[in-house]
Amino acid sequence: MSRVYWMEAKMELRKMARLKQYSLSIVAFPLMFYIFFGLAMASSFSQGPMSVSKYLLATYGAFSVMGATLYAFGAGVAVERGMGWLEVKRASPMPAGAYLAAKMAVSVTFGAIVVTLLFALGAIFGGVRMPVGQWLLLWSALVAGALPFGAIGLTIGSFAGPNSAPGTVNAIYLPMAFLGGLWMPIEVMPKMLQQIAPCLPSYHFGQIALAILGAQTQGSVLVHVEALLGFGLVFAGVAWLAQSRDHERMYG
Amino acid sequence: MPVAELRGVTKRYGEVQALRGIDLSIARGELLALLGPNGAGKTTAVRILLGLSEPTAGEAMVFGHHPASQEAKIRRGALLQVAKVPETLKVREHIELFSSYYQKPLPIAETIAAAGLGGIENRLFGALSGGQRQRVLFALAICGNPDLLFLDEPTVGLDVESRRTLWAHIRAFVKRGGSVLLTTHYLEEAEALAHRVAVIDRGRIAAEGTPAEIKAQTGTSGLEDAFLAIMHENRSAIEEVLQ
Repeated sequence: MSRVYWMEAKMELRKMARLKQYSLSIVAFPLMFYIFFGLAMASSFSQGPMSVSKYLLATYGAFSVMGATLYAFGAGVAVERGMGWLEVKRASPMPAGAYLAAKMAVSVTFGAIVVTLLFALGAIFGGVRMPVGQWLLLWSALVAGALPFGAIGLTIGSFAGPNSAPGTVNAIYLPMAFLGGLWMPIEVMPKMLQQIAPCLPSYHFGQIALAILGAQTQGSVLVHVEALLGFGLVFAGVAWLAQSRDHERMYG
Repeated sequence: MPVAELRGVTKRYGEVQALRGIDLSIARGELLALLGPNGAGKTTAVRILLGLSEPTAGEAMVFGHHPASQEAKIRRGALLQVAKVPETLKVREHIELFSSYYQKPLPIAETIAAAGLGGIENRLFGALSGGQRQRVLFALAICGNPDLLFLDEPTVGLDVESRRTLWAHIRAFVKRGGSVLLTTHYLEEAEALAHRVAVIDRGRIAAEGTPAEIKAQTGTSGLEDAFLAIMHENRSAIEEVLQ
């Protein structure tokens, strides 16, 4: 049984690593953003007592994990579902859990790679210094974000068409990152946009990461953790309902 | 006991009545061809026997179990119509992965040989030709060493040579004692491979028997003429009922 899970995860990792649209863009975009805004232009905008290089490690870290996860689940499931591949898997004795666990393994692995690279850039070129425990805690919290966003991605994957899925993921991922304060601090955004933020899982994720750094955050960390868990559970439920509906879809 | 059967199965998708009370059984070692025009209900029948869809009424069994049960899944393989297979896995990796789902799979080398994939097993799926792709799907269907194979229009869109190659691999599977349910709208394919043919039209079984019996029933010399005769007869019968 566990052998199947291991095999499924291993093959899913190979498959996604070779898929350049995924592996390259997932790694390259957050690193590029960080190099521009977190390193090269860091002195142009300062954020209170904390260096921009440090602040953006938290929010771009969150941005990276969200991207790795939403694409692996959202686009991955939509394509495999819409193109009939999921049916082939469903007709086989593959345990359904192995399929989801493999997508999660990809999200966590790629999320971890990008976060690690961001940290390296921040420490080496951005002069970011903190206790080892704090590095580890931030790293773990960011990578764990793959869980709730996996559920959100799965919901997107259950509804999006196979051809439009990457666009759909972008249309959700990028505005959600921006409005959640992952590109620029929520405090410098217009008041109206600030009021939308608490409705977005990206905001809560970013706030958790910032709280670990000791940056100024809104509300208690516990509330943000609860909110993120809540989003994860609700979307897991929606995805579950969507897939049972999917069983009865007419085909051919 | 049949290896798979449908008893009085109807299937309705909203307004569309895809199957209208079908009885069908596949005996051990038999290749049954399910023949019919597009939209006749062939794929729906297969989907029900694969547990991908529940019948609205009636019963479906595979080896005496529910089609979606692990007991049924472990003893059958399926080649389905699929628009896109992950292209960044190698042929061998696809086979290794599917083999891992089964308790007693064929050795990888044997699956590769039985599907005619020798020499291309290290290529990415995306680099294969149409015929090679279908043979990979065939390999995934047989890698678990199943007793029963579902082949849903396996040679659609293939050139003559690729089609003949796949036929040879299907025959070899039957020769080893396997049972097959094959859907096709190529009459030539049914005639070449099937022990028994069931003609399905508008959700009903319109005729059933060996290819020779079906030809005799309709007084035609080829299965194609017999098929057209059955379709014509069936449509007239339906129109009579409607009037």
